[in-house]
Amino acid sequence: MIPNSFQYHRPDSVDAAVALLTQYGDEARPLAGGHSLIPMMKLRMADVQHLVDLQAIGSLKGIAVAGGTVTIGAMTTQHELINDAALAKAVPLIREASLQIADPQVRYAGTLGGNVANGDPGNDMPGLMQCLDAVYTLSGPDGAREVAARDFYEAAYFTAREDNELLVSVRFDAPKGGYAYEKQKRKIGDYATAAAAVLIEKSGGKCTSASIAMTNLADTPVWCAAASEALVGSSLDDAAIGAAVAAMKSAIDPQEDNRGPVEFKTHVAGVVLARAISRAASRA
Amino acid sequence: MNEMTPPKEERSAALKGLGCSRKRVEDARFTQGKGNYVDDIKMPGMLFGDFVRSPYAHARVKSINADKAKALPGVIAVLTAADLAPLNLHWMPTLAGDKQMVLADGKVLFQGQEVAFVVATDRYVAADAVELVEVEYEELPVIVDPFKALAKDATVLREDLEGNMEGAHGPRRHHNHIFTWEQGDKEATEKVLGSAEVVAEEMVFYHRTHPCPIETCGCVASMDKVNGKLTVWGTFQAPHAVRTVASLISGIAEHNIRIISPDIGGGFGNKVGVYPGYICAIVASIVTGVPVKWVEDRMENLMATAFARDYWMKGKIAATKDGRITGLWCHTTADHGAFDACADPSKFPAGFMNICTGSYDIPTAYLAVDGVYTNKAPGGVAYRCSFRVTEAAYFIERMIEVLAIELGMDAAELRAKNFIRKEQFPYQSALGWEYDSGDYHTAWDKALKAVGYEDLRKEQAQRIADFKAGKTRKLLGIGLTHFTEIVGAGPVKNCDILGLGMFDSCEIRIHPTGSAIARLGTISQGQGHATTFAQILASEIGIPADDITLEEGDTDTAPYGLGTYGSRSTPVAGAATAMAGRKIRAKAQMIAAYLLEVHDGDVEWEVDRFVVKGAPERFKTMKEIAFAAYNQAIPGIEPGLEAVSYYDPPNMTYPFGAYICVMEIDVDTGEHEIRQFYALDDCGTRINPMIIEGQVHGGATEGYAIAMGQEIAYDEIGNVKTGTLMDFFLPTAWETPHYITDHTVTPSPHHPIGAKGVGESPNVGSVPAFSNAVHDAFRAFGLRQAHMPHDHWRIWKIANDLGLHG
Ligand SMILES: Cc1cc2nc3c(=O)[nH]c(=O)nc-3n(C[C@H](O)[C@H](O)[C@H](O)COP(=O)(O)OP(=O)(O)OC[C@H]3O[C@@H](n4cnc5c(N)ncnc54)[C@H](O)[C@@H]3O)c2cc1C
Repeated sequence: MIPNSFQYHRPDSVDAAVALLTQYGDEARPLAGGHSLIPMMKLRMADVQHLVDLQAIGSLKGIAVAGGTVTIGAMTTQHELINDAALAKAVPLIREASLQIADPQVRYAGTLGGNVANGDPGNDMPGLMQCLDAVYTLSGPDGAREVAARDFYEAAYFTAREDNELLVSVRFDAPKGGYAYEKQKRKIGDYATAAAAVLIEKSGGKCTSASIAMTNLADTPVWCAAASEALVGSSLDDAAIGAAVAAMKSAIDPQEDNRGPVEFKTHVAGVVLARAISRAASRA
Repeated sequence: MNEMTPPKEERSAALKGLGCSRKRVEDARFTQGKGNYVDDIKMPGMLFGDFVRSPYAHARVKSINADKAKALPGVIAVLTAADLAPLNLHWMPTLAGDKQMVLADGKVLFQGQEVAFVVATDRYVAADAVELVEVEYEELPVIVDPFKALAKDATVLREDLEGNMEGAHGPRRHHNHIFTWEQGDKEATEKVLGSAEVVAEEMVFYHRTHPCPIETCGCVASMDKVNGKLTVWGTFQAPHAVRTVASLISGIAEHNIRIISPDIGGGFGNKVGVYPGYICAIVASIVTGVPVKWVEDRMENLMATAFARDYWMKGKIAATKDGRITGLWCHTTADHGAFDACADPSKFPAGFMNICTGSYDIPTAYLAVDGVYTNKAPGGVAYRCSFRVTEAAYFIERMIEVLAIELGMDAAELRAKNFIRKEQFPYQSALGWEYDSGDYHTAWDKALKAVGYEDLRKEQAQRIADFKAGKTRKLLGIGLTHFTEIVGAGPVKNCDILGLGMFDSCEIRIHPTGSAIARLGTISQGQGHATTFAQILASEIGIPADDITLEEGDTDTAPYGLGTYGSRSTPVAGAATAMAGRKIRAKAQMIAAYLLEVHDGDVEWEVDRFVVKGAPERFKTMKEIAFAAYNQAIPGIEPGLEAVSYYDPPNMTYPFGAYICVMEIDVDTGEHEIRQFYALDDCGTRINPMIIEGQVHGGATEGYAIAMGQEIAYDEIGNVKTGTLMDFFLPTAWETPHYITDHTVTPSPHHPIGAKGVGESPNVGSVPAFSNAVHDAFRAFGLRQAHMPHDHWRIWKIANDLGLHG
C-alpha cells in the first residue's frame, strides 16, 4: 500500500500542465481527486513517475448552465455536482446518478473529469455522459479539440485522449423529458453490478425519443441505440420495455467477478434497465 | 443512621457498580483521536520491516537474490529462512501443536506467505526494496478444496511432515490430514439414526471469512543490548502467553522479556496468534540493536493473518414423527490451510464444536472433525466467538430448520419442543458439556411475542400467495435462532494453551485516600474493560468506579493471565476481580472491627462501609478503612490494603439468546432489506447494560456481514479474490440494520457475580438468524440448503434454481 516514489508537480494553468505532460510523456499522469489514481499507485498497478496535480488550475473548475447548454469544468467534484442548484434543476439526472457514486468522503475529492477520463468501466459518469450525448473538450500542445463521449472509450483504461492532453471540460444540452439512473451495487462505496442511465421524451402518450446507456457491463460504457429505438414510437408498455431490454442484452458483454457470474449480471442489467425506463417514463 | 449519611440506594448509585450504564471511560481518548496504538509508537532510530510475499499458492522456492534490494540506500538487511535457520527460528510452533514457516523454507504453501523480511530506515524504502528482491519460483499443483486434499494421489503439501503419521492430536491418516477428533457415542448415534422415524440430512458449509479488525496486526520490537531486555509492543490479545512463547523459542529468559499491548483497534480473534512478523521484527532488533517496527497493511491482513471458519459440516438429525429429536450426527471437514495455526485450547483441536447439540435436549450424539491441510492461509481463529462455537451454532440452527422442513413443522414450535427445560440444569449434554444454567422457554416466548411471530407467519403466507399470483416480486423471510454458547475458557483441568492453564487474574491495590488501581491478565480491544471491571470492583469493595484505575496489557506490571478472546474476560478475569475484591473486603472487615472496637463478626457490609450490627450510627467507610490501613499500627494485621486472585473457573459459562430476523428479498436482483432484527440475550448478571447493547450491535453487524456477503474467496489456483475492502464486505452505517435488543437474566450459578459474558453472543446468534431468514423466504418454494454468504448473486441463484425467474 505504498506507491513507488514519484515527482510531484503543481502547475497553475492548463498550458503549464500540458507542457509538463508533453515533457514527461507516458511517465506523467494528471492528478485530479486522486480517488482512482492513488489507490492504483498504492497497489503498484500504476507506476507514475511524474504526478501533475490539477488542483491549482482555477479555470478547470465550475458549472455553467446557459441557454440550455451545460458546461462543467473537469475539476468540479462530484459533491459540487450534487449541490449545484442550477444544475439540479436543469439536469436532475446528474444529481440522481452522483448520489449513487461511492460515499460522501470520496465525492468531496473525486472529480467529473477524473471520473470520465479514467476509462475504468466501473465509473458511472462515462455512461451517463454517453446517455446525455456530452462532448469532451481536450487541450493538448496543439490546442483544443472535441470528442463526443460516445466516441471516447476504446477499451478498459484506453480512451481517445492522448497522454499529453488534458480533459478541460464537459458540455451537453440539458435534456427534456423524464430521466432515471438505476444502479445495483453490493454496498455503499461499490461500483455497479449493473447500472442504467435513461432519458425519455414523450408526446401524446408515445415515446418520441430515448437514450439508454449501461455501466460496468462491458469494458467500456455501452450506449445502446437499438434499445433506445425499441422504445421510440411505443407507449412504453411492457412489450416495448421487453424489446429494449433484449436489445440492450445483446449489446453488453459482462465479465464474471466477485459481483457474480455473467448470467446473473445479464439478468440484473435487464432488471435495472426496465426499472429505469419505467421511472423515466413516469417522469416524462 | 446519622443525618449526614445518604440513604443506601443513593450511595449505591454513586458507586456506578453492577447494573449501571456507566459511560465508557475509554471513549474520551478514542473519540478525540488520542488513543495510542502500535503504529503510533515512534522510537529514536527505529527501523521498519516489510515482507516479500509469495504470489503463488504452492511453489518451490528455487532461489532468492536480495543483492539489488540490499544495494538500495536505506536498506539495512534482508532476512531469509537461511538467515533464521542457524537460530532455529525459520519455523515456529503454532498454538495448535503444529509448526509454521516464519520465512519460506524451500517452498511456499499459500498466496501471501512470508518469503523474506526487508529491514530499512523507513517504510517507503522498505516497500521499494521488497520489489527488488528477486525470487525464483517453480509452481506446484494447488489444492484449495479440502475434500480433494484427501484424495489418494493428492499432492503432498507438508513435505516436512512426510512419514510422520503421528500428529499433535493423534494419528494422521493421509499426508494432507491433520487430525481426527471424535466426541460422543458413534455406535449409539448410528443406531438411533438407523431406527428413527424421521432423519434429515444436510451438508452445512460455513465459509471462510476473516475478523478484519480496523487496526491490522503489528509490533515494535526493541532489544536493549545494554541490559539484555527485550520489549515488544504489539497487537496481542494474550500478552503473557506471547511472553512465555517468545521466551521458549528465543531462549531469552522470561524476566528479560516485556510484552506490552497498547490500545488495540479491535481483535476479534485475529490478534491471538503468533505471526512471522513478530518473530522477524524481534530477530531484526536483536541483530541491529535498534527498535524494529512491523505493521501489516490491509491486504496482508486479509491474505496472511488468521482467517476464521471454513467448516464443511455434514449433519444427520433424527426425530420422532411428532418432532422429538432423538439423535444428532455430525462429520466436519475442517480446512485449516497450510499450517494448523488454530487458536484453541490444546485438548480441543476443533475448539468447542461439540457444543453443536445447541439449546436442545438431544439424548444421543456423535461428532467427528477431520482437520485438513490446503494451500490457503493458516488460522482458524475464533472470530468473535468462543472456539468454533459459531460454527456449531450455525450447524445446529440450520439442521433444526432442515428437520422442520422434513417434518412439515413450524420451526419455532420444533425448537420449543426440544429445548432443554429449565429444571434440567445443570444439564449434561451428550457431547460432554455441563450447561450451567438456562431458561430457554421463557426467552423464546418473549422473543416470539416481541416480534409478533404469528402475525408475521400470516403476512408471509399472504406474501407467498401474492407472489404466486404475480402481484409482487418480493419474498418475506423469518429467520429464527436460539443459540447456546460456551464461553469462559476455562477450567485448568481441561483447558490450556501450549500447556498454560486458562485461569485469569486480578491484582488490586487500594491507595491510602481510598481510590484504587486494579491490574488484570486480560487486554481490552474495545470491550471496555476499564469501564466494566471497575464496576465489578465498585460493587464488591464500595469504592466508586470512577476512583478505580484499570490497567492491562503490560506483562511487567499485570498479573499473569491468558488474555482476552473467546468471551473469557468477564467469566474468568471478571471472577478474579470479584474474588480479589472479596479478599480486600475481608481484610477491611478486620480493620473496621478494630477501629470500631468490636469483634470481626459484629460488623456487616453495607454498600460502601462496615456497620456495627444493630448500631447503624457506628460505621467505618471504605475510605476511612483504607486510610487506617496505611496510618495505623493494627495488631495482627499487616499494613496496606492489597489483594490478588488467580481464578480457575470450575466450569464454563453458557450464555444464550433468541434472535429473530425479518428480511425482505428481491427475487429478481438478489437484494435484501432487513426489516426487523430482534436480539434477546441472556448473559446472566448484567454489569453494564449500555456496553452490552453496544457489544450486541457490533457483533450482530459482524454477523450480518458474514451471512450476507463477507468471505475470503480463492480461485482454483489459490489466488485470494477478496484481498481489499472493495470486495471483502465490511458494512458501513448505511448497510447496518437497526437492532432491537432485549434480555432475560439467568445468572451463572458458579460465577462469583453470576455473569456469563456477552461479547460474542451476537456474532454466534446473528449469523444463523440472517441465514435462516434467507432460507425461510424460499422454504415454500422448496429450498432446503444454500451456502453463505448470501450476497446478491447467490440469492439470485437460489431463486433462479427454483425457477422463480420464469
Ligand atoms: C471507495 C471508492 C468508491 C468509489 N465508487 C465509485 C462509484 O461507485 N462510481 C464511480 O463512478 N466512481 C467511484 N469511485 C471513483 C471516484 O468517483 C473517483 O474519484 C473517480 O473515478 C476519479 O476521479 P478523481 O478526480 O478522483 O480522479 P483521479 O483518481 O485523480 O484520476 C483518475 C484518472 O483520470 C486521469 N485524469 C484525471 N483528471 C484528468 C483530466 N482533467 N484530464 C485528463 N486526465 C485526467 C488521471 O490521470 C487518472 O488516470 C470510487 C472511489 C473510491 C475510492
